[in-house]
Amino acid sequence: MELRPILSTLRRHKVTSWLLVLEIALTCAIVCNAVFMIGQRLHRMNLPSGVAEHQLLQIQLGGIGPKSDADAQTETDLAALRQIPGVRQATMTNQLPFSFGSDSNGTLMLDPHQQQGTAQVAQYMGGVGLLATLGTRLIAGRDFEPGEYVDFDAAVQALHDDNTRGLPQDLIITRGLAERLWPGESALGKTVYFGKALPFRVIGVVANLARPKNHWDGVEYSTLWPIRMTSAEGASYILRTAPQDRQAVLKAAVAKLKQLDPNRVVLVKRTYDEARHEYFANDRAMAGILVGVIAALLIVTALGIVGLASFWVGQRRRTIGVRRALGATRGDILRYFLTENFLLAGFGIALGMVLAYGMNLFLMVHYELPRLPGIYFPVGAAVLWIIGQCAVLGPALRAANVPPVVATRSV
Amino acid sequence: MFRYYIDLALRSLGRNKVLTALMVLAIALGIGASMTTLTVLHVLSGDPLPGRSGTLYYPQIDPRDSQGYLPGKTPPMDQVTWTDGMNLLRAKRADRQALMTGGDVAVQPGESTLDPFYEDARFTTAGFFPMFGVPFAYGHAWGGAEDEAHARVAVISSTLNDKLFGGKDSTGQTLRLSGTDFRIVGVIGDWNPNPHFYDLDRASYNEDEGVYVPLSTSQDVGMNHDGNVECWGNGGNGINPIHDSPCTWLQFWVQLDSPAKATAYRQFLVNYSEQQKALGRFQRPPNVQLRNVMQWLDYNQVVPDDVRLQNGLAFGFLLVCLVNTVGLMLAKFLRRAGELGVRRALGASKRALFAQLLVEAGVVGMVGGVGGLLLAFAGLWLVRQQPASYAALAHLDPAMLLATFLLALGASLLAGLLPAWRACQIAPALQLKSQ
Repeated sequence: MELRPILSTLRRHKVTSWLLVLEIALTCAIVCNAVFMIGQRLHRMNLPSGVAEHQLLQIQLGGIGPKSDADAQTETDLAALRQIPGVRQATMTNQLPFSFGSDSNGTLMLDPHQQQGTAQVAQYMGGVGLLATLGTRLIAGRDFEPGEYVDFDAAVQALHDDNTRGLPQDLIITRGLAERLWPGESALGKTVYFGKALPFRVIGVVANLARPKNHWDGVEYSTLWPIRMTSAEGASYILRTAPQDRQAVLKAAVAKLKQLDPNRVVLVKRTYDEARHEYFANDRAMAGILVGVIAALLIVTALGIVGLASFWVGQRRRTIGVRRALGATRGDILRYFLTENFLLAGFGIALGMVLAYGMNLFLMVHYELPRLPGIYFPVGAAVLWIIGQCAVLGPALRAANVPPVVATRSV
Repeated sequence: MFRYYIDLALRSLGRNKVLTALMVLAIALGIGASMTTLTVLHVLSGDPLPGRSGTLYYPQIDPRDSQGYLPGKTPPMDQVTWTDGMNLLRAKRADRQALMTGGDVAVQPGESTLDPFYEDARFTTAGFFPMFGVPFAYGHAWGGAEDEAHARVAVISSTLNDKLFGGKDSTGQTLRLSGTDFRIVGVIGDWNPNPHFYDLDRASYNEDEGVYVPLSTSQDVGMNHDGNVECWGNGGNGINPIHDSPCTWLQFWVQLDSPAKATAYRQFLVNYSEQQKALGRFQRPPNVQLRNVMQWLDYNQVVPDDVRLQNGLAFGFLLVCLVNTVGLMLAKFLRRAGELGVRRALGASKRALFAQLLVEAGVVGMVGGVGGLLLAFAGLWLVRQQPASYAALAHLDPAMLLATFLLALGASLLAGLLPAWRACQIAPALQLKSQ
């Protein structure tokens, strides 16, 4: 196919050609970035939590009025919950990965004298059996011994009084945190510091346990503490059961807790899947909006191509007739319009790539987005070329159907 | 003349239905998308207390120890400790001041058949109500004397009053909150500032606090704190911080009626910080900020990133739609070269032709604008179905309604400029010859 006649024709329609190129370029830039953002959201939504997601239930209670015997009440509750058929494990925890509510974080230091903290880490606290209940896998070291647990209020008081003996001495960290702190070394037996240089020894490493939020600080930077909490301190009951038993167990557990003390309010009762679903609801909505924007952009661009191509076909009916009369086949005419669109889309895509890159730089600065991977460029180009060819096909077929006899008619 | 052009425009639009429909559709889609996101942005970045917000300030100080301090880089704390809050409150250096924090209380309805339930609460001092201009449907706020006396009094929202008392005047009634009896002294009228500027650690938008009790009383009866607690040194991070622990968890607001008073107050904060440092409580050099409501909202970047991103996307989309419309309009105008040539030959000036074509572009814009408005209504309905806390606030107000039409008209006229100008350059003689 000879390109020169097409280019010289386009030169005579400079303004309309440029508009089409510009439209394709803008669409290309926005679509590339939007698809990238969807990918980011999907990646976030699929982050592993490190817990047995489909087996966990959460129940949070609010006490009414000051509670003097919260610890005893909690033990009674847990004992009763463990009796419910289908419950494999039950304990308390202050927080869960990827969930709303207040979260607990601390600044970790490797050296007791350092001025700046090494990492900001999530602090998971819970009673005996927290690891087993969460389904978090221990990959090195050991779990806490029952004798190592301390009560939360006692720990806070000890901290306040600077009395290290009232605090736990050991903690468990995630593999991600261990690798961040001591790359290539075993974390077991190492000491980290919190607060005013209070030392804690690492006795275990778990495969993964994502933070409740603050993902930009490192999703997997979590620590586990042998600190028992109660409902009065904002902790939740968590139960582990078989996936198919979840609804029945949840209902039975809530009924049991209400029966033990009718004067309590159930603040939260849900499966972990529901908690996670709610946590990522905004990301899911944003991904949906982005899909909508991409679809709308591609449709508008395709309609624009159809409109302009139809106009050009209408305008060139006579020329087409002359070419047909001079021996051009229908295929030649069809190919002419397809090639023309291919060229215009090509210019648009080239310009669009530059725009997409610039737009990505802007987003990196203002919205902390990572760099656009190179794969988006060829894929984006292919998609736009295909859409352009499809859009122009209708008008091009109409052009190919122009009979040669048009050439002999005067308008 | 204008009416004649409108008539011509309408005829011409009817003549080329597909091209017209494409143009109207493109403008409607662009306007619909951008007005939806712009309305959301407009609602979310609004002034929560118009007319009052300029005189309300949020003092920030830095009571931390020296660990982690980077001179000039570390911002002061977002909240205050119990000790500092009380010191600043008792200093009474501002026109009005209030110390507060969020909480949740169990409401135990007495006679009614309702089960106990949890309600968001605000534990605050008396200055809150006059300072923020809170209107009362029944009764009144409590005063400084009640704060001092740790009185068991409560103010409730009209929503809670509807729920518990069927909307009747409930002042004087007893309400059991978290196991303690409180006397209702007032019911708040229609008051729902958005963003929830005075405590951004709770939801930023559409926050509905049902119960207000004196801060002093809330501590006596052990009501649960709810909100951010930030500790340093050996501060423990329980939900109910001990009053002398090194943790910030309260918000302190002041009213300063003139800029001179604001300057003086800032100096007072510096002096206070120096004094506390001399006493050994603070370890860092004075690090203070005094922002008014809008500056505070801006500093906290209250408008969600996603909303600003959506707004940018929508305007990008509008731009594509406009480029598309320019192209189609150009095609449409150039196709009428013959007709325009005849009009020129019959004596119409270039200016008249230009005006006629712009009117036609404007008509496309208005029709597109109506379509865009319908789409914006649909878009806002979709926004309200979203899970975000601000979703329920997304409604079109008269200002945005007007803005929609101006944007549609402006955009279509802008889109019409180039095609109309190009079409006017047609030489009349050439067109007549080819007929």
